[in-house]
Amino acid sequence: MSLDAKIPQGPLAEKWSKHKFNLKLVNPANKRKYDVIVVGTGLAGASAAASLAELGYNVKSFCFQDSPRRAHSIAAQGGINAAKNYQNDGDSVYRLFYDTIKGGDYRAREGNVYRLAEVSVNIIDQCVAQGVPFAREYGGLLDNRSFGGSQVSRTFYARGQTGQQLLLGAYSALNRQIHLGKVKMYTRTEMLDVVVIDGHAKGIVTRNLKTGEIETHTGHAVLLATGGYGNVFYLSTNAIGSNVTAAWRAHKRGAYFANPCYTQIHPTCIPVTGDHQSKLTLMSESLRNDGRVWAPKTVEVAQKLQKKEITASQVSEEDRDYFLERKYPSFGNLVPRDVASRNAKEMSDEGRGVGTTGLAVYLDFAEAIQRLGEDTVRAKYGNLFDMYLQITDENPYKQPMRIYPAVHYTMGGLWVDYNLSTNVPGLYAMGECNFSDHGANRLGASALMQGLSDGYFVIPYTLGDYLATIGPKPVDKNHPAFEKTKQDVIAYNNKLLALKGNKTVVEYHRELGHIMWEYCGMARTEEGLTKAKGLIKELKADFWKNAIVTGENEEVNAALERAGRVADFIELGELMVTDALDRRESCGGHFRLESQTEEGEALRDDDHFAFVSAWEYTGENQEEVLHKEELIFENVKLTQRSYK
Amino acid sequence: MSGHMNLTLKVWRQKNTQTQGKFVTYKAENISPDMSFLEMLDVVNESLTRKNEEPIYFDHDCREGICGSCSLYINGHPHGPKKAITTCQLHMRTFSDGETITIEPWRSAAFPIVKDLATDRSAFDRIQQAGGYVSVNTGGVPDANIIPIPKVIADEAFNSATCIGCGACVAACKNASAMLFTSAKITQLGLLPQGQTERYSRVQAMVAQMDEEGFGNCTNTGACEAECPKEISLNNIAFMNNDFFSAKLFREEHAHDHAGGE
Repeated sequence: MSLDAKIPQGPLAEKWSKHKFNLKLVNPANKRKYDVIVVGTGLAGASAAASLAELGYNVKSFCFQDSPRRAHSIAAQGGINAAKNYQNDGDSVYRLFYDTIKGGDYRAREGNVYRLAEVSVNIIDQCVAQGVPFAREYGGLLDNRSFGGSQVSRTFYARGQTGQQLLLGAYSALNRQIHLGKVKMYTRTEMLDVVVIDGHAKGIVTRNLKTGEIETHTGHAVLLATGGYGNVFYLSTNAIGSNVTAAWRAHKRGAYFANPCYTQIHPTCIPVTGDHQSKLTLMSESLRNDGRVWAPKTVEVAQKLQKKEITASQVSEEDRDYFLERKYPSFGNLVPRDVASRNAKEMSDEGRGVGTTGLAVYLDFAEAIQRLGEDTVRAKYGNLFDMYLQITDENPYKQPMRIYPAVHYTMGGLWVDYNLSTNVPGLYAMGECNFSDHGANRLGASALMQGLSDGYFVIPYTLGDYLATIGPKPVDKNHPAFEKTKQDVIAYNNKLLALKGNKTVVEYHRELGHIMWEYCGMARTEEGLTKAKGLIKELKADFWKNAIVTGENEEVNAALERAGRVADFIELGELMVTDALDRRESCGGHFRLESQTEEGEALRDDDHFAFVSAWEYTGENQEEVLHKEELIFENVKLTQRSYK
Repeated sequence: MSGHMNLTLKVWRQKNTQTQGKFVTYKAENISPDMSFLEMLDVVNESLTRKNEEPIYFDHDCREGICGSCSLYINGHPHGPKKAITTCQLHMRTFSDGETITIEPWRSAAFPIVKDLATDRSAFDRIQQAGGYVSVNTGGVPDANIIPIPKVIADEAFNSATCIGCGACVAACKNASAMLFTSAKITQLGLLPQGQTERYSRVQAMVAQMDEEGFGNCTNTGACEAECPKEISLNNIAFMNNDFFSAKLFREEHAHDHAGGE
């Protein structure tokens, strides 16, 4: 199958407008004859479900949580970018486009990224109209702050809870359509497979998490908005329930998985305390606006700090190394995430890390508190400081935060074309679960932008084109493919439930996480990745022999849910390693030790690797097949990223 | 290891909505004070799983205090003894070695038990569906800066909007009232210019749904505010009541037109 990204021809700034005009429309009276399935109720899913229902389609919306409001978009803290240029500081659609392409280390499509920047301004208007209480200036207009990888202030925010407020806005739009009967909402329902008929997605198979019932649902199209796969690392800033299962099962039915090795390690998270840890907590990147990152200049001082012989405030200015400010004078503490993370790791590797484990650096607000006063700092970041205090029992107003990188976001995901369609017609992917807009590294405050862009402003146009093409004839719910796929799911679940070994599913998950973090984390090598591949194969074989899955299908069964998700993570883990091995260059979050500049920055190899890797599933325990989509740059010049 | 604790847990176990539940006692051993409360339960569940016994079921997801999933009634308090945090943010350093901890689900007729410690809070969604929105379609809205909103109003609306929908207010209330939850949305939208058009129909629609779900009334005890992990203020209830009575007295004509419609 050829990989046609379907990027419209013509000048960059006109592509989307022209494309919108060229797309087929479904007439208003016919829209009600179409059923659309939307899986996931985060920013992308909720905004898509609401917007499509407003247009007149019948939407079936699914989430595994007990309420659509709990999708993990809710936890996004810092903000959402938009090229409004309200600050008169030189921002523009082109600048947001340029920053995003550069931030992604030139591994994203120009056409997609430009569209993202273009519709970013509509998102803010939409959210304000819904009653989203963004932060405002005293004059009553919207406030902005700056984020990593850019030199303008274009980030809109609602204290440290921007994701919550945007999601509740989309949730309110969704609620309105549920009330009007245009959306049928299925909560505590997990998608376990997609039904493909004659090459087109025509429905899904789900498990009702309250009763265990395996059900089939028909739709003229299936839209996945099921989030990222960061939990493959076991420890991440994702919610415990965040999983790859819907996307992975779609992959096994033919959808290509793109750039799986592109994962984002966020520089500012609360460090790990012990093996009991179930998740990591992010401290928003916005803190780097006012917090200064440092490590002790010498190993001796670091050791004293690790042994708690001295406190951070006792370290004199000359013994501190504000390493980001020193190495990157023009961006300072606001370098992109991949750069900040690698530098923190370097400090720890040199023995200059702090905290009892030595796996941390400081994020210091003493100077900001002196400059702005404690009240101003509290007004800006209060909830984040409180969260830090709860978790660590240390007061960040009095001593610097300890931070360390943690897995946060996955740029890879299901391959989609410009219309957000996977290579399986009728199957779409939006938000973090697709691969499309962030290249090899996502800039801060761009995930919310992409989720809402896909859901509010892209899919309502592009989906219509497909629906108009296939026509409104109802999907035959008695087609044997539905029963067949349902039986496949039942058989798979029974196989899981039969596992009565001696090791818990959580132990397997933790082990997988260790392998991924060690060999496919912040720094990757040929040797390490090869080793990881073997380890994951062994882990998989062992899982299917010795795991313990308690309980039965016909009841609430968290053990079964977790087992299915971990089994999929193990398979995905292997593909990530395969992809990382294949990409013998460094770019963005994918850092191959063999490929770095003299100064230790990621060294791309544009001659050989300016492509999207799209992997095709070929069967159980078979090597996946690589398809390459060449990336064509007509507007930006590929250069070595520099933030100095 | 030094500093680690051994605890006794009395946990509500109930197979499903239909069956009777009961307290079952478990030992939680070698618990680190750095663990969160849910991580402590993870440890207990791991040991149950190894014995091929069914783990304790509870709702949880983000584990950073924002999704509103976790909902444990610990030693007589929703989300445990500390103020202004959710269960997932409660750390074991709050407890002492040898302590007995009682863990129950939210108790309210409007929140039926799904299993063990998890309840069905879909009534909250239905209250929101009744009118917790501004009826605007995607697209065609004015520029975000066209209506200035005083910072104090925006901040106040934010304070109401910060509700996570966990249900602690209902669990804390002797009447199982959902007024703090309902009023938070009504206040957020009632304060903002965008919410004015449907202000009085919204309050009536949401209050009617709240009553229909079987939540009790407010008798101004203030337990909801005291136990709310996001410190939503009782003033929200006053705002809602004020709007509700205004609507009843002067705006009867709006009472039935809240369709959120086109």
